[in-house]
Amino acid sequence: MNKTILDLWVGLFVIAGIAALLFLALKVGSMNTVNTTDSYEVVARFENIGGLKSRAPVKSAGVVVGRVADIRFDNEAYEAAVTIRLDKRYAFPKDTTATIMTSGLLGEQYIGLEAGGDSQKLKDKDRILITQDAVVLENLIGQFLYGKAQEGAPQ
Amino acid sequence: MPMILDWGACVLRQAIENLGNRTLEGVWRIGYATRFFLAILLHSGTAFRRFGLTIREMYFSGVLSLIIILVSGLFVGMVLGLQGYETLQTYGSEEALGILVALSLVRELGPVVAALLFASRAGSAITAEIGLMKATEQLSAMEMMAVDPIARVVAPRFWAGVISMPLLAALFSATGIFGGYLVGVQLIGVDEGSFWSQMRSAVDFEQDILNGVIKSVVFGVAITAIALYEGYDAPPTAEGVSGATTRTVVASSLAVLALDFVLTAFMFRGLN
Repeated sequence: MNKTILDLWVGLFVIAGIAALLFLALKVGSMNTVNTTDSYEVVARFENIGGLKSRAPVKSAGVVVGRVADIRFDNEAYEAAVTIRLDKRYAFPKDTTATIMTSGLLGEQYIGLEAGGDSQKLKDKDRILITQDAVVLENLIGQFLYGKAQEGAPQ
Repeated sequence: MPMILDWGACVLRQAIENLGNRTLEGVWRIGYATRFFLAILLHSGTAFRRFGLTIREMYFSGVLSLIIILVSGLFVGMVLGLQGYETLQTYGSEEALGILVALSLVRELGPVVAALLFASRAGSAITAEIGLMKATEQLSAMEMMAVDPIARVVAPRFWAGVISMPLLAALFSATGIFGGYLVGVQLIGVDEGSFWSQMRSAVDFEQDILNGVIKSVVFGVAITAIALYEGYDAPPTAEGVSGATTRTVVASSLAVLALDFVLTAFMFRGLN
């Protein structure tokens, strides 16, 4: 089989195509999914998760340390059980607080972790005990209006 | 009066007969197309054993489509940059331009527009070539020499199209993102750092890029299969070949758009 000029062009085409794929994979996209091998899971329970979604970031001090792996409704406690997958490199004390926060006024919701002072660290399948629910705007407005009405009412 | 009734019955009968004929014809064509597709898959051993044949076809359907794919990708990306900026600046979030350009290209526009261009550039050429080979009895001549035309002519073209399509779609997306970068960052002045970093944080490799590649492979299969079938099935006349070429472009474009909807519904349903 002879090498022809055609082979050269097709080779160039294939190389350019693969380079484009690599560009997309490395420069445009990123492996957002944390590897299951170097991560551990903890569960946090919330009474209200607001608009939190699966795959939402988990941040501590503003740095992404993990992702929300799973959200399910616990029918016995009537609470939301949120499974958080954290990077193995980061260890948190047992009394860490998990709060559902919003980035910006209308941005996506994420879980913020605030480390406590316990000397024991969270392990795989542990539970985060101290949690703070999402702020629901409607409740906030309701409370505000209620407070205003109380103020105006004659004593 | 009975004359008119007779005439009416005659027209009605004709209409019903036509309908039945068309339905039967459609079913017959679907069956034949399925058998044809399976024959391609069965005979694709040749396309890989004599890979030179496939490479030759990749030159014609892939390399020669490069210019149109690259130029349209660049312009689509530039238009996305302009239009996206116009909309996003009303919400004060111009930095999200990178996300908009990258996600719309990688998820939808890259595979779909590249597939439509591929259908009209390469698909029509495949149909015309095979239809003409049939009209000039080259295919029958091959059969006379005990060379299976499906293995020698059809299968290499099929695999060449299936391999070329994802590469072309990736090139389309990449040049499109570059075009969006040119307009957004260089021309309008969106911050370069946040353009790329926001894009990176929003585009996921598995969910977005891999799904786009899967889409383009499916489109490649659909387009080349339709083009080859229409060429192989074309009536061996000048009129027949021209009709088959038109049908290829129409049918494969519709197939791409319909398949895109189905694939999108599967891939991005529960996502965020």
